[in-house]
Parts: sequence; C-alpha cells; structure tokens
Amino acid sequence: MADVLARARGSVLWPVRAYLLLAWTWCRALAQYPVSLLLMTLATSLGVFAEIGAVVVVFVHAGRLEGFDLAEGLLVAGLAATAFSCADMILGMVENLGRHIRAGTLDVMLVRPVSPLVQMATDRFAPRRLGRIVPGAVIVTAALVACDIDWTLGRALMLPVLLVSGTAICCSVWVLGACLQFFVADAREAANSVTYGGQALTEYPLAVYGRDVVRAVTFVVPLAFVTWQPALYLLGRPDPTGLPDALRFTTPLVAVAMCLIAAACWRSGLRHYRSTGS
Amino acid sequence: MRVHCAVYARGLRRYSTYRAATAAGVLTNSVFGAINAAVMLALFAARPQINGYDAGDAVTQVFLGQALIAAVAIMGPPLELGERVRSGDVGTDLLRPVSLLGWWLSEDLGRATFSLVFRGVPTFAVGLLLFDLSLPGEPARWAAVLLSAALAVLVSFALRYLYELAGFWIMDSRGVWAVAGLLGPVAAGLLLPLPLFPPAAAEVLRLLPWASMVQIPAEILLGKDTLPGGSPLGGLALQAGWAAALLALGAWTTARATRRVVVQGG
Repeated sequence: MADVLARARGSVLWPVRAYLLLAWTWCRALAQYPVSLLLMTLATSLGVFAEIGAVVVVFVHAGRLEGFDLAEGLLVAGLAATAFSCADMILGMVENLGRHIRAGTLDVMLVRPVSPLVQMATDRFAPRRLGRIVPGAVIVTAALVACDIDWTLGRALMLPVLLVSGTAICCSVWVLGACLQFFVADAREAANSVTYGGQALTEYPLAVYGRDVVRAVTFVVPLAFVTWQPALYLLGRPDPTGLPDALRFTTPLVAVAMCLIAAACWRSGLRHYRSTGS
Repeated sequence: MRVHCAVYARGLRRYSTYRAATAAGVLTNSVFGAINAAVMLALFAARPQINGYDAGDAVTQVFLGQALIAAVAIMGPPLELGERVRSGDVGTDLLRPVSLLGWWLSEDLGRATFSLVFRGVPTFAVGLLLFDLSLPGEPARWAAVLLSAALAVLVSFALRYLYELAGFWIMDSRGVWAVAGLLGPVAAGLLLPLPLFPPAAAEVLRLLPWASMVQIPAEILLGKDTLPGGSPLGGLALQAGWAAALLALGAWTTARATRRVVVQGG
C-alpha cells in the first residue's frame, strides 16, 4: 500500500512540482526587468479588451444574436477569454515543439529526469500571460452579475467545475495541436486554427455559425464545452440548435476524455519521434 | 539595382521552401476568415445595413483581410532586422555597399510577393467557394486592387522597418511590437471593418497608415465612395502618400540611427 502511494506521489506530484519550480525560475528571470515585464503584461491585457471590444461592437449593432443580449454575449466571450488564456499560460509554449525538433533541443529534454511536456510547457514561461487571464475573469464576473441567472446551489457549485473543464479542454487541444508537429514539423500554424481559431470561434454564441458547425464542435473537436454548453447551463436555456439539454452536464466528462486522448497522442508522438541525428 | 533584384529573388525562394508551413497558413487564414464571416453574416442578418456596408461587403472585406494578412504581416513576423539590432549583427548589414533600407525592402518584397500569391490567392479562393463575395466586374478595378495590395505591402514594410529601427534607441523592439500587434489589427480594419466603429472614429482611423493595409484595399475592391476623394484613385493616392512619407521617414531615421552604432571588437 505504502509502495503504491509512494509511486503515485512520484508520478503525479513530481511533474507538478517540477512544473512550478521551472515556471518560477522563468518568472524570477523575467522579473529582473520589471518595467519591461509590466509593460508587456499591460499590453497583453489590453489585447483582451480589443477582442472583447469587437464582441461589444457586434452586439451593440445587432441588439441580440440568437437570443443572446450584450451581457449574455459578454459571458460567452469572457468564458472563452478566460479558458483559452489559462490554457495558453499553462501549456501554450508546447506549440514550439516543431522548433525544438528542428533545433534538436527536444533531444536534450528527453535525457533529463523531468517529463518533456513539463519542460516544454515551462520553456520561456511567460508570466505576462497572466495579463490575459485577469481581464477575462473580470469580464466573466461582471457578466455573471449583469445576466439574469437563477442562482441555485447546483449552479454555484458547477461554476468552478465548468471553468476548470473549459481550461482542461483548451489545454488538451493545445497538446493535440502540438502533437501534429511530431509528424509535420512546420505545421505550427495549422494548430493555430484550432487553438487561437477555437478562441475566436467560441467567443460568440455558437448558434450563430449554424447547426452543422455546432455539431462539428460538439462531437468532433468538443470546443462547444468551453463556452457554449456552460453558458446554456448557467442561463438555463434550451439549446437553440436542438441538441439534447443533457449534453451540458457532460462537460466535465468531456474534459477528462479530452485530457486522456491528448495524453495518449503525446505519448505515441513521443514514442514515434526520431531524432534528426548528429 | 542588380543586388536588390538578387536579394528580392532570395527572399522569394527562401519562403517558398516551407511548403507545409504555407499550406498550414492557408488553412488557418481560411478558418479565421470563415469564423469572422459567419459572425458578420449573423450581425447583418439582425441589421442589414450598417454605415453603408451590407453583409456581402463585410464578408468580402473579412476574406480580403485574411488574404492580405500574411503579405502585410500586421501580426508579425517582425523583420529580422530587430533581432540583428539587438545582437549587433546589424554592423555587418551596415558594411554592405547598399543602403540598409533598400536591402531589407528587397528581401521583404520577396517574402510579400510569395505570401500574396501562395497564401493570399488560395485563402481568397476559399472565401469565394464558401461565401457570396461582392466582387467588381470591370478589369480596371481589379488592376486598382492589385496596385493597392502592392502599396499596402510598401506601407506595411515602412511601418515594420520603423518599429525595428526603434531598437537602436530602446535596444529591444519587442515592446514596440507588443503595442503595434495590438493596435495594428484594430486600426487596419482587420479585427472588424472600420464602418462598424462610430463614424467619427472610423473617419480618423481611415486616414492613418494602418488603414492603408486592409481597409483602403477593401474599399477599393468594393468600390465605396467613403474613400478619400470618393474614388479608387483617391484611395491609391492616400496609400502612395503614406508609403512615400513613411519610407522617407525610414531613410531619415536610418541616417540618424547609424550615427549611434558603436561596433566593438577588432
């Protein structure tokens, strides 16, 4: 029993500790240039306001989109900004996999006693990305207050679960996009169409894209569970595209499934990886 | 001139090497185009006319923007000059018997030509397949659009060159890029077509150099009378004016900047 516990601690806790340690190292390194860090963080957070500003402009002109008014639209956009920027901060750096393969730095990571995924995610860890999360969270909070939500105990308890699930789904999408680069090292931009593209897509109530797109992002790349299904759940709306209401309760399960798939892909990609040689 | 042609050709060839990256770029630009176009369609379904734009106009501008995005590099990548200023390699560039601006302009025009043909055209074709774009019939307007795209590339180069030259004073041009990457897409009409902004703001933004990269080419393609002077010629003149002014500023700044360079070693 003690043996199993010790092993579990080694396999689960050690990567987390290594992640925090490496990320903290980069934070301290970047804090050596405090003004630069502050300005970059500020610029990053202004970027969120530009994106959300576009959403506001669209809703001000349209009034309502698919039955969503401005506050409800901001809830969706805020959820998207929060989930994607959390994922971007935690795992965004894995999109540099192709560069690591080309430069041979992946080989160096493989011989170190820390998971290559952890090393890659913390390589040049950018605390300025925190600047994206804060405004996202502020907008979600403001929208939650402004929206007419029937707060039950269930909803209050589900809110953090939904936020974590959304972030987990985004993280796995990021890893899956990176896995593609094991096979096509130059394909970094293709992954952007599901990572940053996913954020752009989920910023609006998904019903605006029509039924087929909603089905595709529900059943193929489950981005619908990042903002759309959680928003429907919080607002207590039926799905305007006619999908069953039970779907919104599967959000945490989808998140777990996506993480497992992403982990499996990463492992198989790593196993098939052949160094370019000396 | 022969040197510049050779550098141009190398720039063209260099970017043609990464075929998978080009295909991936076309995919990403098309996906973003389709997402933004769907949002525009939903918006214009709720309000058919906004400040002279209808659904077809907005969708056309979205895809023109995505087609131009790689060539005008609004969101980057920055010119490699910035990194060379920081590392000091710019000393080698200054030793060359051609002007710094001319060298980088030729290289960047090579890159832009490749991007325009192999990323811009396929992206626009995807838009044409998926959506109803409003396109002009007469060949003269298409010629104006091509010329406008070329001027957009010149304006974009001049801006990026100035961003990088800032590195001579502040050492690290990444901060400048952080701000430019933020304001550029908004002011260019890439994030949203400028007519969706309040008219007073749109008027001002339309006259700034960033608009010359997407908004002005789009209005020339759509044949809008909101262009300066009310005709495509006015739009082209505005672009050419900005290109000339910014390139001249670039040349002047280069002269100032090179006086600051101290190359060490021996």
